[in-house]
Amino acid sequence: MPRREPPSPAVPSDYALSVEGLGVRFGARQVLEDVSFRLAPGSVAGLIGSNGAGKTTLLRAILGRQSLSSGSVHVAGQIGYVPQKFLLDPDLPLRGRDLVGLGLDGHRYGLTLPSRTRRERVAEMLDAVGASDFADTRVGRLSGGEQQRILIAHALISEPALLLLDEPLANLDLHSAKQSVELLARIARARNLAVFISAHELNQLLPVLDHVVYLADGRAVAGATDEVIRQDVLSRLYRSHVDVIRVHGRVLVVAGESGQVVS
Amino acid sequence: MLRALIAPGFFSSSAVTLALGVGAAVAVVGAAVGVFTVIRGQSFATHALGDIGAAGGASAYLAGASALWGFTVVAVAGAAVMELIGIQRLRGRDLATGVVLGVGFGLSALFLYLGSTYDNTTGAAVTILFGSIFALQGSVLPFVLGLGGGAIAILATLFRPLLLASTSPDLAAAKGLPVRLLGVGYLLAMAIAVALAALTVGSILSTALLIGPAAAALKLTARPLPAIATAAGIGIAAVWLGVLLAYDSYRWPPVHQGWPASFFIVTLVLLTYLAAGGVSRRRARRPRPAGPGPASPVDVAAERS
Repeated sequence: MPRREPPSPAVPSDYALSVEGLGVRFGARQVLEDVSFRLAPGSVAGLIGSNGAGKTTLLRAILGRQSLSSGSVHVAGQIGYVPQKFLLDPDLPLRGRDLVGLGLDGHRYGLTLPSRTRRERVAEMLDAVGASDFADTRVGRLSGGEQQRILIAHALISEPALLLLDEPLANLDLHSAKQSVELLARIARARNLAVFISAHELNQLLPVLDHVVYLADGRAVAGATDEVIRQDVLSRLYRSHVDVIRVHGRVLVVAGESGQVVS
Repeated sequence: MLRALIAPGFFSSSAVTLALGVGAAVAVVGAAVGVFTVIRGQSFATHALGDIGAAGGASAYLAGASALWGFTVVAVAGAAVMELIGIQRLRGRDLATGVVLGVGFGLSALFLYLGSTYDNTTGAAVTILFGSIFALQGSVLPFVLGLGGGAIAILATLFRPLLLASTSPDLAAAKGLPVRLLGVGYLLAMAIAVALAALTVGSILSTALLIGPAAAALKLTARPLPAIATAAGIGIAAVWLGVLLAYDSYRWPPVHQGWPASFFIVTLVLLTYLAAGGVSRRRARRPRPAGPGPASPVDVAAERS
């Protein structure tokens, strides 16, 4: 049975993530079918699709938490993961600083031994995501945008090759979302890692995206943004007529018959 | 003044020294487990294990064994059944706990009934349900220390992975941690802590000693290890002061019979919790001292409410 494999010499190691012919089946239902794409280090890619298109399943498959019915996933190193929902009790005795520290050694057994190197690495990471000012507040008392910065630092401190974010803009106001997107793009370039962001709305990501993986009904098209967000390409993907309308630098994908805005 | 508080003979009584020693050990174990319990939101499970522990205590009494072993065996078995039913799925949590709780109460009723028919008193039932810290046998101390040490060792070993998994199973799973196994390790430590607390304040009241100090500590400190240390301090203070008051109460009206230590201990825990809530609210109202940072606790509190 095809499984997640460690990087092998047969796969070009200059990709942070390679997904080849990936399929996932829940019983008789084919949830993902023949999904293939590659992400280079230093690039930002969006995983776009409406609810139920298979975004979460694809992320789970990349994380190795979902078995594949076909194909393979190769990651050139560790994965840093930022989950979508993060509702914490305000009294939880854990500061942002502590959570970032757990990103460094949370998988190790035994108690944390205080060390200057550890303290400095945590402080450096908090600084890199602009979270130093609220790092001593309990994570449950931070705003959504602040929590997300802490989670990004938590994911980044283990020096991953790939940063996966599950709907990071879903619960942010417009201003925080813009800041978050800019931060992620900066991180991708500065640390030379691939950032893969799932979203059901394309426009907030558009300014920073190098690549798009567009999912509909479990099938995907992938490529440079301009090659994917096109009427002919998306119509083929949806297997029905789709209009791609550009207004003031924004893109609307509209299903032809219903006139429903898809993304 | 001190004379009036500490009755003559308090420290020279061997029953008192044993009560203070066992009480302190139980408070420390309870603090370590309790902080994780509050983080994981599993207080109901702790309460259920305490209640069904009564079945163990009662059956141990029937068999002529030490109540501690009855508490321990049944609490561990109860934790195992909860795990099998599915306590680790959020939706299965209350269900698993509730089912085990019901069966445990049934067994407790049976054994306590048989016990009271057997020797025609209700003394055993009161001791098991509400504790009797002055009636402990000296021989129990090594077992308390051994079991308690075991629970502490489990938590110290699992500390970081368990903290991450308790905060967010998603983050722990992304790091490749065995989230479910970590939950099993926690349940085992919790079952031991429940048995020890049942020995001290009785099975019905054991939750108060496990959850109360931890919940109060969480309001006072924002970091996990200091929270455990604070909870241990609160627990020890409550148990020791409770023992002292219970000893004093032999001189109190109306009956000069002495009030149960359990009553004093859980009342002190409750008062501490209320006081900690007050302190934490006052801190939240006070603006953060001037320094870098846009988000003051006041802003955050307003945002959350």
